Amino acid sequence: MAGTDTATTGRGTLTGQPERSGAGTGGRPDGQGRIARLAPTAILLLGAFYCLLPVAWVLVAASKDASTLFTSSTFAPGDALVDNVAGLSAYRDGLFWRWMLNTLLYAGVGAALSAAVSGLSGYTLAKFAFPGRSVVFNVLLAGVLVPGITLAVPQYLLLAKVGLTDTYWSVLLPSIVSPYGIYLARIYAAAAVPDSVVEAARVDGASEFGIFRRVALPMMVPGLITVFLLQFVAIWNNFLLPFIMLADDERFPVTLGLYTLLNQGNTQPALYRFVIAGSLLSIVPLVALFLSLQRYWRIDLLSGATKS
Amino acid sequence: MPTATPGVRRRGRRTGIPYVFLAPAVILFLAFFLAPIGYAGYLSLRKVRISGLGLGRGSRTEVFAGLENYRNAVTDSELWSGALRVLGYGALLVPTMLGLALLFALLLDRPRAQLARFSRTAIFLPYAVPAVIASLLWGFLYLPATSPLNDLLVRFGLPEPDLLGTDAVFYAVVNIALWGGVGFNMIVLYTALRAIPPELYESARLDGCSEIQVALRIKIPLLAPALVMTTLFTMIATLQVFSEPMTLAPMTNSISSTWTPLMKIYRDAFATDDRYAAAATSVLVAAITLVLSLGFLRLVQKRAFGQEH
Repeated sequence: MAGTDTATTGRGTLTGQPERSGAGTGGRPDGQGRIARLAPTAILLLGAFYCLLPVAWVLVAASKDASTLFTSSTFAPGDALVDNVAGLSAYRDGLFWRWMLNTLLYAGVGAALSAAVSGLSGYTLAKFAFPGRSVVFNVLLAGVLVPGITLAVPQYLLLAKVGLTDTYWSVLLPSIVSPYGIYLARIYAAAAVPDSVVEAARVDGASEFGIFRRVALPMMVPGLITVFLLQFVAIWNNFLLPFIMLADDERFPVTLGLYTLLNQGNTQPALYRFVIAGSLLSIVPLVALFLSLQRYWRIDLLSGATKS
Repeated sequence: MPTATPGVRRRGRRTGIPYVFLAPAVILFLAFFLAPIGYAGYLSLRKVRISGLGLGRGSRTEVFAGLENYRNAVTDSELWSGALRVLGYGALLVPTMLGLALLFALLLDRPRAQLARFSRTAIFLPYAVPAVIASLLWGFLYLPATSPLNDLLVRFGLPEPDLLGTDAVFYAVVNIALWGGVGFNMIVLYTALRAIPPELYESARLDGCSEIQVALRIKIPLLAPALVMTTLFTMIATLQVFSEPMTLAPMTNSISSTWTPLMKIYRDAFATDDRYAAAATSVLVAAITLVLSLGFLRLVQKRAFGQEH
């Protein structure tokens, strides 16, 4: 069945190899062939439908007012989207937008610092031979396997000792070091920065940091953008760390803020429409970032396809 | 290593450089990885002794507890049921997620796949949605008052299921994690597939192999390293499940405060203020995760890690 399929539709391969001749049965797919050809597309579309369903729902639900949210048909849109967004924006003097800015700060600054630290460490581990290199690398690598989340409680207790809990630092600092980012940066530096270029710069008398800054770093940019994006999502996603560290809701990221709104919804159901509108608004920037930076997802790094 | 003789002094100056360059990462790693692990280990061996009536300063002193906290943890039935729940959750989620991700990746990699770009983007999209927001969205989709499923069933006069009921809620959480993770794994596997030189299966196709045979006999074996990586990271993430049940909890009575081990750790540390029990449980969860990950890596003969030097 699938054999017939490839025989009849096997034109236009990836490599532009010469067209196979004589293997086909002369065009005209029979019924089975058509099913075999359509089934894969149907499965993919089913997957796409499943993944888009909650997003479609939140788009519709965000347009309903408090009374129709629980009464009208699920996918019947309302006309209260503007009201909901305005109501959410007015909630406690624009607290929601403060949460959005906080999230941007935690994820943006945290991921940028993480990419910088990963880049420098990865470059060093890839391009220098020094005593203790494999120890450092293996200990860092073991960090990939440590469930970060089990660290959060002792991190909180230690930061409490130095009075840093419930500050921006308490969420930012633990997010900077990413064992996985260092691992990726090392692979990328080994593959993208030729030894000869580094040596040539040394012969020219450049300082070691200058070599990193001006020679190696530009070559590592695509890999470091991947590290940045991964860490950005990881911080944006991390719920437990701010949940444990922060008490003052002025410093909350948007995930924690919406969670507390949801909790209050039990006693004030009117807040549910704010939660829904807020969910919609909070995913828009991240989806936009994803779609615009799609070509920077150097996932071949992640799958181990880049060999040094 | 350079050979120039005037380099002796330069090299002498340079030997310190790698350590300076690694200092930021090492210091942060010490402060936020090793120190917390060490501190958790220390706390797990301590307890509070209350003298007298437990009133006033100095009546509560921290003392060495030996393995008491671990004994309590291991004999705690709540922790056990949470741990078993999470193991069952992983046993269901990891194969489903990786299986679907592999299926989608193979379908995208077919020659002349239709609507591939749209499907790929749509399936990857949930990765951009944080787990808390995903749980909020799905939570409302499950909630009988707002669920489209219930909406539909009522129209046909059928009985309404409670998707957040005691048994169903387990699958409800699995579904949220599946929704959030399948796209990312699909992209990783798909990218690995694109990196395979097409010549490797062109000749098989010429020999009359069907696409299914090409996928089973050539593509999947070549994907093994990427499958190992994605499985490992999915496993580690699975054992840490916290955000999804925590977010669903306000919407249902089916999720207790000790539903997963991490929720119990959180409750012990902050609600019942027993940081010693929380530390012992943290150490146990970390140890079990490490054993399972290393066991898995050994099982697949370290194909993914440590091969690149």
